[in-house]
Amino acid sequence: MADLSEANARLYESLLEGDHAALARVITKIENRTPGYRELLAALHAETGSASVVGVTGSPGTGKSTLVDSLTKQYREAGETVGVIAVDPSSPYTGGSVLGDRIRMGSTAGDMDVFVRSMSARGRLGGLSMATADAVKALDAFGKDRIIVETVGAGQNEVDIVETAETVAVVVQPGSGDDIQLLKAGILEIGDLFVVNKADKDETAGTVADLETMIHMDASPTAGLSTGHHGPSAAEPDPEDGDTGDDSGWTPPVIETVATTGEGVDDLRAALDDHQQYLVDSGEAAGRRRRQAETEIRRLLRTDLGELAEGVLDRRGGIEAVASQVARRETDPYTVVEELVDPLESAVEESLAAESEASEK
Amino acid sequence: MSTDHAQRATRCLVAKVGLDGHDRGAHVIARAFRDAGFEVIYSGLHRAPEEIVQAAVQEDVDVLGISILSGAHNTLIPKVIEGLQSYDAFEDTLILVGGIIPEEDKPQLEEAGVDAIFGPGTSIEATVEFVREHAGSE
Ligand SMILES: Nc1nc2c(ncn2[C@@H]2O[C@H](COP(=O)(O)OP(=O)(O)O)[C@@H](O)[C@H]2O)c(=O)[nH]1
Ligand SMILES: [Mg+2]
Repeated sequence: MADLSEANARLYESLLEGDHAALARVITKIENRTPGYRELLAALHAETGSASVVGVTGSPGTGKSTLVDSLTKQYREAGETVGVIAVDPSSPYTGGSVLGDRIRMGSTAGDMDVFVRSMSARGRLGGLSMATADAVKALDAFGKDRIIVETVGAGQNEVDIVETAETVAVVVQPGSGDDIQLLKAGILEIGDLFVVNKADKDETAGTVADLETMIHMDASPTAGLSTGHHGPSAAEPDPEDGDTGDDSGWTPPVIETVATTGEGVDDLRAALDDHQQYLVDSGEAAGRRRRQAETEIRRLLRTDLGELAEGVLDRRGGIEAVASQVARRETDPYTVVEELVDPLESAVEESLAAESEASEK
Repeated sequence: MSTDHAQRATRCLVAKVGLDGHDRGAHVIARAFRDAGFEVIYSGLHRAPEEIVQAAVQEDVDVLGISILSGAHNTLIPKVIEGLQSYDAFEDTLILVGGIIPEEDKPQLEEAGVDAIFGPGTSIEATVEFVREHAGSE
């Protein structure tokens, strides 16, 4: 286990003992990137893996928060504990934000076994996905049975919910041409199931039919190089963990709900469970977990290597000074970067050489 | 362009307790806090004290702003504070009360743990300034 500061060790113990305030503080440290947060996460990692993690995404106003509330209520009635992360990436990069998802999550208000946390963008693009994934880990380690992540699935601010969730539900509302455009723009690929919420409205049947057509087009072999759901990692088939790189065995169902009354939400709950069962039975679960770990490792690597490079740059007088030299044609960007990277490269080579020497002995 | 530098933000819960249906004041404060660069969690109308406690604990806010007009402050506010204490979340939370609080009730609320009371005449700037000065000094 990683070395924890005394304060973090206490937080860690309290979190595992079921202290909600400790859980909240751990998430704050994760969000703030407070020094020491990585050691905390490193320690928590071993405690994760037992929660079921569902992502709920879709355009603003489709009823995601209301649906999460309704679903949460059902899980609670079944005796399960729930953690919710409501991400609002539409908040501006700088300056403040108003996070309103909690307003819709009132039906279990006062019940501490429902832990709801709101998050804003705070000027971090990739960082928001990372903070979300890390907060899910804290909830998982705490022992929440069900974790639901609500995100807005539109535009470039989109949180890559696929990196965190086992099952992704895409929510649309009836008669929304915009949503259908959104689906065409790629969000169709990430849906393990689709929810037409506000099914009390007129155009429901049409929207359901449109969706089903799109799903079947996507699933049919004539659709060409479909990478399947959860897809751009068109990884080579890997028989070892049963991950074939496409979920041909799963056709996303379309479910109608009225989140405000709870109608259809039991169907949604059943479909979510079906998908999780499918993941286990097909061996896809292991493949997904591995891909998520890959993404996480790559991202941490990029972050840390980027920081290393920034440090080198600072020693050379900072980006502004170096850029001015380039602008004045005193040097060129290629030489600059080569000079910056060279010492890093030789340090890496030296350490690798030392390692292999040690292992030969 | 590292993504891993510390990224703090002042988090505020703006809550409205009691049965009166006016949340204009709470809205105004929420927007002013947002414009000041704070992260505001807005919890909607008619919140019972235990709901406010739950939200404040889970969201781990630096500031809890309670808007109250109904006149029930003498019972509701101490309940919220006791709740926060039971979760060990009282010490590090700045507690503000906004609304119509009679002069004679103020000492009692401050005694209970309210950090500041802002009446209808208080300027938004003064409220924001107060938060800037006092919030998040753990
Ligand atoms: N008619 C109808 N309205 C709904 C339904 N679900 C949610 N709403 C309303 O849609 C609005 C947006 O809901 P919200 O959950 O905040 O959407 P979100 O932005 O996707 O999280 C609210 O006014 C809800 O009351 C539904 O099934 N039927
Ligand atoms: Mg929402």
